[in-house]
Amino acid sequence: MVYLLCLILFSVGIYGVLTQRNLIKIIISLAVAESAINIFLVLLGYRAGGVTPIQESTQTGAELARVTVDPLPQAMVLTAIVIGIGVLALSIVIAMRLYHRHGTYDITEINKLRG
Amino acid sequence: MNLIPLMVALPLLAGFVLPLVPRRRARLADFLALLIAAILVTLAIGSYQLPDVPYHMGGWKAPIGISLVLDGASRLMLAVIGVVTLAVILYCPAYMARFTSKGRFYSLFFLMVAGMNGVVLTGDMFNLFVFLEIASIASYALVAFGCERDELEASFRYLVLGCLASYMLLLGIALLYAMMGTVNMAHLSAKIAARGGLAGLAGGQASALLVFATVLFICGLGLKAALVPFHAWLPDAHPSAPTPISAMLSGLLIKAIGVYALARVLFCVIGMTPALQMVLMTLGALSMIVGVFLAVGQWDFKRLLAYHSISQIGYVVLALGLATPLGVAAGLFHLVNHAIFKSLLFLNAGAVEYRTGTRQLEEMGGLNKRMPVTGATSFVASMSISGVPPFNGFFSKLLIIVACVDAGRWGFAFVAVVVSVLTLASFMKVQKYVFFGVVKEKWQNIREVPVMMGVSMALLAALCLATSAFVLKAPRKLILDRAQASLRERRNYVRLVLPTRVNEEPDAKPSKGK
Repeated sequence: MVYLLCLILFSVGIYGVLTQRNLIKIIISLAVAESAINIFLVLLGYRAGGVTPIQESTQTGAELARVTVDPLPQAMVLTAIVIGIGVLALSIVIAMRLYHRHGTYDITEINKLRG
Repeated sequence: MNLIPLMVALPLLAGFVLPLVPRRRARLADFLALLIAAILVTLAIGSYQLPDVPYHMGGWKAPIGISLVLDGASRLMLAVIGVVTLAVILYCPAYMARFTSKGRFYSLFFLMVAGMNGVVLTGDMFNLFVFLEIASIASYALVAFGCERDELEASFRYLVLGCLASYMLLLGIALLYAMMGTVNMAHLSAKIAARGGLAGLAGGQASALLVFATVLFICGLGLKAALVPFHAWLPDAHPSAPTPISAMLSGLLIKAIGVYALARVLFCVIGMTPALQMVLMTLGALSMIVGVFLAVGQWDFKRLLAYHSISQIGYVVLALGLATPLGVAAGLFHLVNHAIFKSLLFLNAGAVEYRTGTRQLEEMGGLNKRMPVTGATSFVASMSISGVPPFNGFFSKLLIIVACVDAGRWGFAFVAVVVSVLTLASFMKVQKYVFFGVVKEKWQNIREVPVMMGVSMALLAALCLATSAFVLKAPRKLILDRAQASLRERRNYVRLVLPTRVNEEPDAKPSKGK
């Protein structure tokens, strides 16, 4: 069920991208959609009461695998977050440049000026 | 020494070293860029000497580590990327002189190349996403490189749609991981096959999730490839970029991170089913028709070319959707050809713009007399894209039509013929308005473009003729047949990457480090 919440959050993000007219709000919606997926990925690896995936000297690999959370999605999410920051920074820079050119963040206004 | 990782590492290195070259040493940056492009071409063509081989990064065997896979299809793509990159780099120094920061331009350029090479080579779904994002982010920035009004707007639109596409892809990967517990493509492929695949009667929730993931892949990668319902960003983004980048975007990017990635995922990981084939063929036919109709009415040179990209990508996807050996080979053949002639056409448009400062077709006229090299090469490219013999476009379109008929898809064959005629009409218009006829008053004094730009265009024009030879038996066996076999035969792909575990064992939750 928690997974379903992630999908709803993702849909909220997409809805925002499609309906918002303000550049900044579009960017925020994108960020929302992205975090929804990141949360989904982390949840995939979660296990109630799981431990950190660090092997102790008394443990065998199989024993560790039974109790630990899955670390792979966490590694993937870290990568995805870094990528997300790159995209976010770039999109904000483009939005700033657009604002300097047009004096507005409203995407319909920007379209109109273009004629 | 293993050369496969160099295909990604070298352009990455170039991407970070070239901006360090001081601005007044622009010539040095040009030379280094050319050198690296030349090495990449040599490596890519040299890779035909190597056997099909996976490379395990950091020595971690698949499916634990990330693997790069060199096989027929990725070899072909590497060679195409290398050749077009080289031609574009030859073209850059003169054309980009009007922009101030060449080092940064090359930096983004090579990051994009690194991303594309990575997408082509990778054997890991999440790694595919990472490389795809490297290429995409570099291309968003490159579209906005001029920082003019239209460019920023086109770039923003491209960025928003591109992000949505990437997120869909990531969600699809997450779903696959949830179902199968792995992100290695070969491992996934084996597991999906073991459960009966997309069409499998295993049924229930898992199969519905797999369908959902497949839809996400088609939407996400279709957006990147600009297939028709998802094409809205392309006609703005591609013409807005500086011309060498338009050539890269239209010639390579939409293929490497769009069509190729889509084909790799659908063929090698998920496995083709009749329903998927139908989806691909419909998308392809739709792109062909809509793209060409929108192109016919265009008067902006680069915009017209961008619409034709949509239409020609449609051909490739249609042929891939046939999923017969001949169909896939024809699709890949057309992909190669399109990369060559479309980048040539964009370079022509850039050359004309370089001298006349306009992209409007009506304002030009009679440029053949003033710019003979540009005129001749653009004639070759126009004839190639419209499918006139003996140029490469004719042979690949012929193969596609034959493949359609072969598979009993008469309707699609008919569409392919009609679209080809319309393409010819559209390029007759370009030739007539731009290059033939009398020279207009105000263009009396223009000259041919600088030598290097001419060399780059001549190289691509020669390739338009040379790649026709792929249709002959020997090169077809060596290049196209191996490429299509590596896409179509997923068992071989699994065997290549995971030699020891073709038969899937029941799995424990994998605990693997990255």
